[in-house]
Amino acid sequence: MTEFSDEIMVQRTRKDRSARYQPVVMSAVCLAAILFQVYVPLLFQYLSFLELPLLVTVYFALMKRNQIAGLTIGFVVGLLQDSLSHHPLGLFGIVKTLVGYFAASVSMRFDVENPVMRAILAFFFFLFHQAFFWLLTSALLEQRAALDLGRLSVFAALNAAVALPLFAVLDKMKGTA
Amino acid sequence: MNGPRDWTMEVFLGRYRNITVLVLVLFAQLLMLAWQVRGKQDVRLIRVWAVTVITPIAKVVETVRSHTVGFAQEYFVLLRAAEENRRLKDELGKLKLQNQFLRSELEMADRVRALAAFQARSPSKTIAARIIAAGAGVNSKLVYIDRGATSGILRGMAVITPDGIVGRVLAVYPIASQVLLVTDPTFAAGVISQKHRVQGTLKGQGHSTCIVDYVQNEEKVEVGEMFYTAGTDRVFPKGLPAGIVKVVRPGRTFKEIIVSPAGFQQGLEEVLVVIEGVHQQIPDASQPSASGIYILPPPPGEAPQAAPAPGSQFQGTDADKLKERYRAIGAAQGHRFGEGGAPDFTVSPAPRPPAESKPPGAAKPPSP
Repeated sequence: MTEFSDEIMVQRTRKDRSARYQPVVMSAVCLAAILFQVYVPLLFQYLSFLELPLLVTVYFALMKRNQIAGLTIGFVVGLLQDSLSHHPLGLFGIVKTLVGYFAASVSMRFDVENPVMRAILAFFFFLFHQAFFWLLTSALLEQRAALDLGRLSVFAALNAAVALPLFAVLDKMKGTA
Repeated sequence: MNGPRDWTMEVFLGRYRNITVLVLVLFAQLLMLAWQVRGKQDVRLIRVWAVTVITPIAKVVETVRSHTVGFAQEYFVLLRAAEENRRLKDELGKLKLQNQFLRSELEMADRVRALAAFQARSPSKTIAARIIAAGAGVNSKLVYIDRGATSGILRGMAVITPDGIVGRVLAVYPIASQVLLVTDPTFAAGVISQKHRVQGTLKGQGHSTCIVDYVQNEEKVEVGEMFYTAGTDRVFPKGLPAGIVKVVRPGRTFKEIIVSPAGFQQGLEEVLVVIEGVHQQIPDASQPSASGIYILPPPPGEAPQAAPAPGSQFQGTDADKLKERYRAIGAAQGHRFGEGGAPDFTVSPAPRPPAESKPPGAAKPPSP
């Protein structure tokens, strides 16, 4: 084990590290993220690459450090997103449920307060989200959309860049718990 | 029988609770998805709930955004308008200045043209000069002109404009001269009224008007009457407009006559210095002034009745008329005055034949 890995893989108990948020705050943040997703691209088309519901799901799942809580958040956010899309209900739900579950699983092994780790996780989960969504639409809906990995990587990097300040802002809301 | 099985189930659920929940949630969603895809049906209730939750918030956000953006846009429009307003004001100021400059240039050109026309028409020899400075004193009515000894200016020369007298040269320097204006309290000039030929002395008062002094209370002077230079002061040639009467009232010994100087009517920028003065007749008050009024020539075949014959100068006073009458009687009787005897003054002289030529200045409009 290196010093860096020791730092990242902390040994504190899960209970100590679990963050608490008021349900109102969590609901408001999730709603704001979905609102952003459906509203802001109307005004600023170039911001459509941002997947704020995913970033919010990842954040809360990481900070809750509870797999059931993570998958629940992912399920609710995904289902809301599905409701406002033209897809059948469940596509975003399934993907985000998995993202929430895995994010919560990762948070129990790594120090997710570390900005580098947060950026890496945001980058990875964006790629996972898009790839799994593409897989579902291809397998279940027979939609043969091209998967542009280069473009996805750029978008993943941009989302990771946005995730850092966004997570920092959301960290401030922990104090209200 | 059920004991070990329940214990096994509890252990399984306890150990694999999270993954079990995950599988259940995924399975439920997959079922829902499959039901929608296979039956081409929609779970409308969930969508209605989601839309009902999201759209009011979106509406509020959009309202706030549109108002904010509208306000910001109007603010920036106002900023631009203010900027444009400032620019247009600057431009307007520049154009006003330019316009004023061009107007003044035009007015100066008009004045110079009028001056040149007057200079050409006047029998006196004059030289044009420009006023370049005023006197240093607060109440001084002195100006400096840009002509001096090198231009032939001498002390005591008259300074006039086409409208009338302005002053006299008080001091001469090589390239400039000092002119005492008619409004200066120390200025004086002999004048004579146009209508009743009343003589007096024009004096300055230190402000915009002058007075005509030494006119007896018994003399007749009317408001609006013009005073002309009498030529008695040996400065101004006879016949130049001096001022128009504004106020007349009887005084203790002499009349109090306030006149407005004629030479300042068009402002005072360019003047003429009389180098060689020539006396002129004072125009008759009954005749309209040669300037400003256009008179048609008489109809063809009709002789002008009121106009004097060419060659005979009109005599304004009764004495002049009487003298003219006697000269005509003498000429009719072949008498030569100064050789003794006297003609018969009781005989009326023969009427004068009508003039053949048109009166000067009547056939064309007066020059400005």
